[in-house]
Amino acid sequence: MSCRCSPAAAQGKPMLYAQALINGVLLGATYGLMALGLSLIFGVLRIINFAHGNFMVLGMYASYWLFTLLGVDPYVSLLPAAALLFFVGFIVQRYVLNPIIEAPEEMSFLTTLGLGLIIQNLVLMAFGPDLHTIDTPYKLASLAVGDLNIDVSKLLAFIASLLITGAFFSFLQWSETGRAIRAASDNREAARLMGIDTKKIYCVAFAIGAATTGAAGACFSTFIPTSQDVGMLFTLTSFVIVIAGGVGTYHGTLIGGFVIGIAEELGAVMLSGSMKQVVSFCLLMVILLFRPQGLFGRESD
Amino acid sequence: MTKRRLIPLLCVPVAVFFLTIPLYGGDYLLEMLIIAFWFAYLGSCWNIVGGYAGLLSLGHATFVGIGAYTSTLLFTYLGVTPWLGMFAGALLASLVGVVLGYLSFRFKVRGVYFSLITMASTEIVRLVFEHVDWLGSTIGIFVPAVKGAGGAALYQFGPKWPYYLVILAMTGGILWVTYLIEHSRLGYFLKAIKENEDAARSLGVSAVRYQIIAMAVSGFFIALGGTFYAQYRLYIRPDLVMGVHFSVEIVMGPIIGGWGTLLGPVLGSLVMTPLGESTRWLTEVIKTTFHVQGLTGLHMITYGLVLVLVVRFMPTGIVGLYLKRKELKREKGIAAR
Repeated sequence: MSCRCSPAAAQGKPMLYAQALINGVLLGATYGLMALGLSLIFGVLRIINFAHGNFMVLGMYASYWLFTLLGVDPYVSLLPAAALLFFVGFIVQRYVLNPIIEAPEEMSFLTTLGLGLIIQNLVLMAFGPDLHTIDTPYKLASLAVGDLNIDVSKLLAFIASLLITGAFFSFLQWSETGRAIRAASDNREAARLMGIDTKKIYCVAFAIGAATTGAAGACFSTFIPTSQDVGMLFTLTSFVIVIAGGVGTYHGTLIGGFVIGIAEELGAVMLSGSMKQVVSFCLLMVILLFRPQGLFGRESD
Repeated sequence: MTKRRLIPLLCVPVAVFFLTIPLYGGDYLLEMLIIAFWFAYLGSCWNIVGGYAGLLSLGHATFVGIGAYTSTLLFTYLGVTPWLGMFAGALLASLVGVVLGYLSFRFKVRGVYFSLITMASTEIVRLVFEHVDWLGSTIGIFVPAVKGAGGAALYQFGPKWPYYLVILAMTGGILWVTYLIEHSRLGYFLKAIKENEDAARSLGVSAVRYQIIAMAVSGFFIALGGTFYAQYRLYIRPDLVMGVHFSVEIVMGPIIGGWGTLLGPVLGSLVMTPLGESTRWLTEVIKTTFHVQGLTGLHMITYGLVLVLVVRFMPTGIVGLYLKRKELKREKGIAAR
């Protein structure tokens, strides 16, 4: 399956790079939304959630089935997808992760890894290994700006992602629960002393993290084929984004989304389409190896 | 003190038991035991880094892949016997381990960040191998089969039992190496670094150096397991010997058996492989009796469930559970006195 779309095709064509830049920015917003959940879960719970990408795949399937069976537009089914993932996230945190919250970090890491395997293969058993695409009416539509094309489905995903991200930030900033979540993420002990039921906050935070991921999945399902085996890939991509943006800062995660979106699209032009993941994995390694202190937003304990 | 002498004595009947299995065991049993001991071997190699040094690597599949591909490419392109090629692969893997270790440890990248780096690295290597044609891309490489008596010199055997004896010997060998490490300065230093790195450093133990040595040793030996797989199956493909999923499978045995213990990885693999096989068998039965399609994920679900349950209920594995019980008994004995 070696894709030989040669790099030569890109040479001397700045237009291709401009196009990649636009696609990267559009992709970046949804990437940011996808990684926000991971960022929240890590910030509040110090849990490395390895099932994250699989949560997103669940969101993609929810959107795919609602569209195929009931003809619901993915931007409408975004809400049920988020609700489903909220529920899944709450259950997971309540019954699987809360009992081991005091154990060393490797333990929660291995547990979420196991959860990821379970979810991925349950999806495989239920829906098979095939790729599914959603044929929305605007799937092939695009806006021409000069010589550049803007895919409508990507533009819609961009707008929807920014709106949800805005809602997420306002929730965190102004709601009572949001304040409690931020308090628990700043200082667990102090939050508990202030009378916050931290165990419950953990469940809510994990559920919200999963729900935003589900919403991102619904956005993605409009222009990326839905399949069970992309979970691990999205997990790693989310980590790249969170780490690039700085662990513990939610605004950084959004910026990280744009950085990685653009890097991947440019990488796809320079290398070949299927090699673009290599770009973000290499970025992950480079950042972790050469700028670990500088990029970790907050002192890790 | 008598126990010290008892344990090597106990090894004899166990070794005899496993060595004589080819005399009466069928091919199916041998196949299962070969895979079980292969994972026991890989898990024991991983254990040096993951268990003793406490660095949860999820990229050890890379070293297995380097071993498998180096010996196979040397054989197919240059006709070098895999018996020699495997050491080339092992040295190369060791070198990669040293570089990766040096880059990570010098900045104190550890814990889950080390896991992430190793995961990313193994996925990068897998993707690159899948895109380079002379490395076989996604189709993989068939090791040219040799007919007749010349096979043994080229690490190829007709029946299964020689492979079984080879992997048994390899497992015995890595257990011996692990035992030596456990009782050497390296082992004590690794333990000290794992318990409290800052304290170890302040006593003059160079954490970076010993962690790198652990990576080098572990990478060297686990790569030999890669060559074994290539010669046993006579076929390799990037997703079979590289990538995160295979890395996770390597880690399963040690986690179930008890990481950081000598026999943990072997016990874990001897439990895990039959469990995986029986779910595969169950899948087949369900498929043929109920005519249901798409049950292929069942054995991975089992692995996932086992991972979740083991971490929750016996985080120190089978061996850890045994040790804890022994300790409790001793404490009770002291209390009674």
